[in-house]
Amino acid sequence: MAAETNQSDFAYKFEAPILEVEKRIKHLSERATSRHEDLSAEIEKLERERDRLLEEVFSNLSPYQRVRLARHPMRPQPMDYVRMIFTDFIELRGDRRFGDDRAIVTGLARLDEHEVMVVAQHKGRETREKVAANFGMPRPEGYRKALHKMKLAEKFGFPVVCLIDTPGAAPSLEAEERGQAMAIAENLFTMAGLRVPIVIVITGEGCSGGALGVGVGDRFAMQENAYYSVISPEGCAAILWKDGERAAEAAGAMKLTAADLIEAGIIDAVIPEPIGGAHRDPQRAARELERYLSDVLDELRPVPVGGLLEERYRRYRELGVYRTLPSTEDVESPSV
Amino acid sequence: MLRPRRKKKDVPGGLFVKCDGCGEMVYRRNVQERLQICPECNYHFRIGARERVRLHTDEGSFDERDADMAACDPLHFVAAKAYADQIKSYMQRTGLNEAAIYGTCRIEDRPAVFAAMDFRFAGGSMGSVVGEKITRAAELALAEGLPLVTTAASGGARMQESAYSLMQMAKTCAALKRLSDAGGAYISIMTHPTTGGVTASWASMGDVIIAEPGALIGFAGRRVIEQTINQELPADFQTAEFLLEHGFLDIIVERGQIKQTLARLIGYLS
Repeated sequence: MAAETNQSDFAYKFEAPILEVEKRIKHLSERATSRHEDLSAEIEKLERERDRLLEEVFSNLSPYQRVRLARHPMRPQPMDYVRMIFTDFIELRGDRRFGDDRAIVTGLARLDEHEVMVVAQHKGRETREKVAANFGMPRPEGYRKALHKMKLAEKFGFPVVCLIDTPGAAPSLEAEERGQAMAIAENLFTMAGLRVPIVIVITGEGCSGGALGVGVGDRFAMQENAYYSVISPEGCAAILWKDGERAAEAAGAMKLTAADLIEAGIIDAVIPEPIGGAHRDPQRAARELERYLSDVLDELRPVPVGGLLEERYRRYRELGVYRTLPSTEDVESPSV
Repeated sequence: MLRPRRKKKDVPGGLFVKCDGCGEMVYRRNVQERLQICPECNYHFRIGARERVRLHTDEGSFDERDADMAACDPLHFVAAKAYADQIKSYMQRTGLNEAAIYGTCRIEDRPAVFAAMDFRFAGGSMGSVVGEKITRAAELALAEGLPLVTTAASGGARMQESAYSLMQMAKTCAALKRLSDAGGAYISIMTHPTTGGVTASWASMGDVIIAEPGALIGFAGRRVIEQTINQELPADFQTAEFLLEHGFLDIIVERGQIKQTLARLIGYLS
């Protein structure tokens, strides 16, 4: 679990100077303890330096740096948050169709007085777990399991909490054979009319139909360093720039950060992360997420189902940007 | 997001045309007379949205709605090319304002709402306009109590509209859910190619799903799959026949029989 992992295990280049200072702080603290030296002045100086560096690096993140934070190997994953936020979690695994997909974990859990159905996308952390979870790329049976559990939630009146973190739906022969596209479509269709509140939070990668397949609901938030886009920046660069190396440009062009998406009116809230990213302080990140979930569940609980579904419809109905051509432009375009 | 796998062959000028299905040079006129179908191998050449209207609806019955709706460039998207310029260029080249048209029509005298995509416009990618038109078509079908018929032809999402494009999948499905809950009929026709976000949303939600023979239908592109998992794919992978066998289609219908099939189905469903 991220919460217990030493964060110096992995670092991106832009994090390195900060980790370097932290290493020196740690070294000095150890020396101070073992040799009973008073190094507090030096330590304080280094701590100030660290805070300055954090501010410098993380107040100016590029969109692609955020994508990389969203993919950070030490970043807490949805199931880490489930453990930190919810109590009495009971995993329910059966899709009743084909098999259990470890890339989506579903089950019942409590948050305060709310009994909810959790739908958590899962990447895994150790190699074996990652392979089992197909690196977070759900197969059709994952989407069908989620759907089955959401219908269970509907039957018993539990709100649904979907935590999203996926590089996309699985692209494979088997996924196509078992109807990947149809499974996602069915979820979009059914979630639009599910008669219980649905809360969506992207905690890491929100990539493409793979994210949307469990991502239709009444409230929609992103953690500060999560991203949401129609295709990965690498995929977009490969197609539109014919150069996968230009992912950083593609990340900028696609307006995929939480700040971009709130401005576009697609999400309602940005959930703050500790400076330096959720992996630097998973507990604190979890508290922020918990506060958000608790607030929106309280808010949605009393809403009558008719109004809830009407609002949900309107939310998606209004998304899109188009224009009406002036009649002169019509004349300019040649006929078929 | 899928790029056309086969080279663009929209039956260009000249006496002969090379069939993408069998690779034979065939008489252009023979292809045209057979509704743009190869006389040698039955390969269904891609046809445009207007031709869909001509083939599948009663002559003169199509009353197009929102013909003047066009794309914006909300993200000011510039890659190798600027999206705004691309839109202009597609408009000029195709004579269409976007990759989908919709309106009311009659199909063997039965009234219906008909929406058709055109692959020539930005690879039939779904941006805000395509999503809005399909949504309005579903809402119109609901309001007028008419069956909805769509023909899909799409490379997937319109990347230049990023998250707005993704949201069209949710929007169209929400509108179809309302139509379905009210007992409205929806017949989806998948043509070559139907991929990505269009397959993963409205095109797959038909009460009845029809495909043309040989049409490429899928979620992820063949190349993406091959690169991602280094897997050898069967020759018929993602064809209409493959999908029929796996239970994701109801009928494969030859182009010339679609109109009649639609009329028969509408007879049952409405």
